[in-house]
Amino acid sequence: MDIRSQMSMVFHLDKCIGCHTCTVACKNIWTDREGAEYMWWNNVETKPGTGYPTKWEDQEIYKGGWEKHSSGNIALKGAGKRKGLLNIFYNPALPTIDDYYEPFTYKYLDLIESPQQDVQPVARPVSLITGKPIDIKMGPNWDDDLSGTPDFARKDPNLANLSAAEQEAMFQLERMAFFYLPRICNHCLNPACVASCPSGAIYKRGEDGVVLIDQSVCRGWRMCVTACPYKKTYYNWSTGKSEKCLLCFPRIEVGEAPACMHSCVGRIRYLGVMLYDADKIEQVASSNEKDLIKNQIDMYLDPHDPEVIAAAKANGIADSTLRAAQNSPIYKFVKEWKIALPLHAEFRTLPNLFYVPPMLPVMAMVGEQKGDSPKLHSVAKNWDDKWLYDTSLDEIFGTIDNMRFPLKYMANLFGAGDEKLLAEKLKKLMAIRIYRRHITVGDISAEKSAAALANVNLTADEAEAIYKMTSLPKFNERFVIPAAHREQALEMIEATEEVKGNTGFGFTEPPVRGL
Amino acid sequence: MDILLFGAFPYVAVVVFFIGTIWRYQTGFKYSSLSSQFLETKKLFLSSVPFHVGILVILTGHFIGFLFPSWFTSAGGGGIISFETITLAFGLSAIAGLIFLMIRRFQNERIMTVTTKMDILIEFVLLVQFGLGIWIAIELRWGSQWYAAVMVPYLRSIFTLDPNISAVSAMPVAVQLHVIGAFLFILLIPFTRLVHFLVAPFHYITRPYQIVRWYWDKKAIRDTNTPWTTTRPKHL
Repeated sequence: MDIRSQMSMVFHLDKCIGCHTCTVACKNIWTDREGAEYMWWNNVETKPGTGYPTKWEDQEIYKGGWEKHSSGNIALKGAGKRKGLLNIFYNPALPTIDDYYEPFTYKYLDLIESPQQDVQPVARPVSLITGKPIDIKMGPNWDDDLSGTPDFARKDPNLANLSAAEQEAMFQLERMAFFYLPRICNHCLNPACVASCPSGAIYKRGEDGVVLIDQSVCRGWRMCVTACPYKKTYYNWSTGKSEKCLLCFPRIEVGEAPACMHSCVGRIRYLGVMLYDADKIEQVASSNEKDLIKNQIDMYLDPHDPEVIAAAKANGIADSTLRAAQNSPIYKFVKEWKIALPLHAEFRTLPNLFYVPPMLPVMAMVGEQKGDSPKLHSVAKNWDDKWLYDTSLDEIFGTIDNMRFPLKYMANLFGAGDEKLLAEKLKKLMAIRIYRRHITVGDISAEKSAAALANVNLTADEAEAIYKMTSLPKFNERFVIPAAHREQALEMIEATEEVKGNTGFGFTEPPVRGL
Repeated sequence: MDILLFGAFPYVAVVVFFIGTIWRYQTGFKYSSLSSQFLETKKLFLSSVPFHVGILVILTGHFIGFLFPSWFTSAGGGGIISFETITLAFGLSAIAGLIFLMIRRFQNERIMTVTTKMDILIEFVLLVQFGLGIWIAIELRWGSQWYAAVMVPYLRSIFTLDPNISAVSAMPVAVQLHVIGAFLFILLIPFTRLVHFLVAPFHYITRPYQIVRWYWDKKAIRDTNTPWTTTRPKHL
């Protein structure tokens, strides 16, 4: 057993309001530079939608992630030793800037400096690459809130195995719904980007599992851009180096939450330590598709188990890290309560970002009522159509079977296609709502609430704990960040007395394009 | 003049190459292939691949001739003809690829914004060098024979620090220019994107897929008998 610690995340999708504050915080800190304008290390997508870069989930186009061969072994789909080196002069699966969008700004000064004239002056868009005027074809988040549209929602790769009738029903105007999917780098346990890098510039930090690109070793071979199935490594066209989300490691090391998580308005983001057995990575990543999620979640270890604690200590994991693992909100969501799932586990990278699936597309049934239906408000007699959003909980889990999105769609995203797994999580979330509605509103009987909880094997205490962690968590409950012991780390890397009075440690070269 | 160009310039080029390469390698951030595929991919396949394959095969041919000249001097007539035809094909592939690359560069505004003066300089140097090479291969047959017999002794004399330029001064102008171009190419390597071939990622073949870096060895820290300063990670 080789126990390692991993910074993991949970995003609670029911709480995401799609405000993009995370995106802006990240952009301002990290990617507001030449060559990085098009990069969004954190982005928030509308689902159903095509996402960023367009249709990133369709690996027939982008060739990302790992695939399992008939021999039982896994191999990178579009990169790897043979493919990577053979395609080094020309990478056939490299997305180009147009798959994201051409970054642009506007000539705002033309508005101010325009001479007096009969027509309003116009600020023309100019490309941030060439500086020349362009016709903007695509921009960041142009699919925002556009569920049902032909160009975005209906081209969502997750609709691939839904029948035409199911898709039609999903996008009926009266039933239409969408939810937000915030995405950052998953800091995977079996990262495809690391495996694909010919230079060996990408690595996983042993201490906390953050995946980073060594900028002085990267030679711009671009294989990581192809290999990452989440398209979270980006090629900087100006410096000729690849870049990615670094989980704000300078912030984590001093105990601060990453900028996207710290700034999250909906407080949907949780960060904490998970302990896992590194010996099992390859075996778990090669599981059969239906066992992938279960095996991955089994791989994380119980930080209260004395055997695990002893093995972790023997492996050099600090007591502060163990304590953080014991208080980890991620461990609670993923292992104890079992309501969080990885995104697209079928890419086999073992991602460490888990999502609590959203109830929104589930919550309200919508159906056409008869004119005299008792469910309709008296005002409804004046309506032309009698559609009704039914949020009543008469049938405990009735809405899950009749959800506005087919369960298959949600399962394609979060369950590696397993609808049962997803229904199980949604039922739990629904049971907690029923329980809380019984307590706060009181229109649901105690028996019914207890029956709902019993149905999903939750106790009232657990339901209460989930409710508290979901709705009322304090900052220090959402982000349990162990001490990085930077004081020790620095002394290992630099002789501190030698750099006394200098500006900093490590990488101090200006990020300028080579000759 | 010949002494300067064929006796001294090669040494200048090699010395500048070595010192420049060390300097360039130390500025790690600027060391990259500087690929422009991200900005334009459609035209790249038919230019980059023929160019790279062509130049690699031709360079390898020159090196093999340099190392094992007897293979060529003792080869029979039929072998020489087919060998020269094949290498000429690779030479044409390299120059065609280079011309396509240059057209692609000058036609595309996006690529022009990431073009440096050194990119343009090295492309013209290579164009002239390739042009001369192909002209020599066609007009001054059979190159593989006289290269092994005349040029290899000259190149070897440079390596043994005893330059014997008598053979090369008697060669046609095209060959002399090709020799000067070759050393100019070596001289320019550290100051252009050509550095990327020096870090061709062959170590990828043998390394394990996953890489984990430990910044410090916690087990060593816990061991009170080991002072911290002796346990610095190996890569630093």
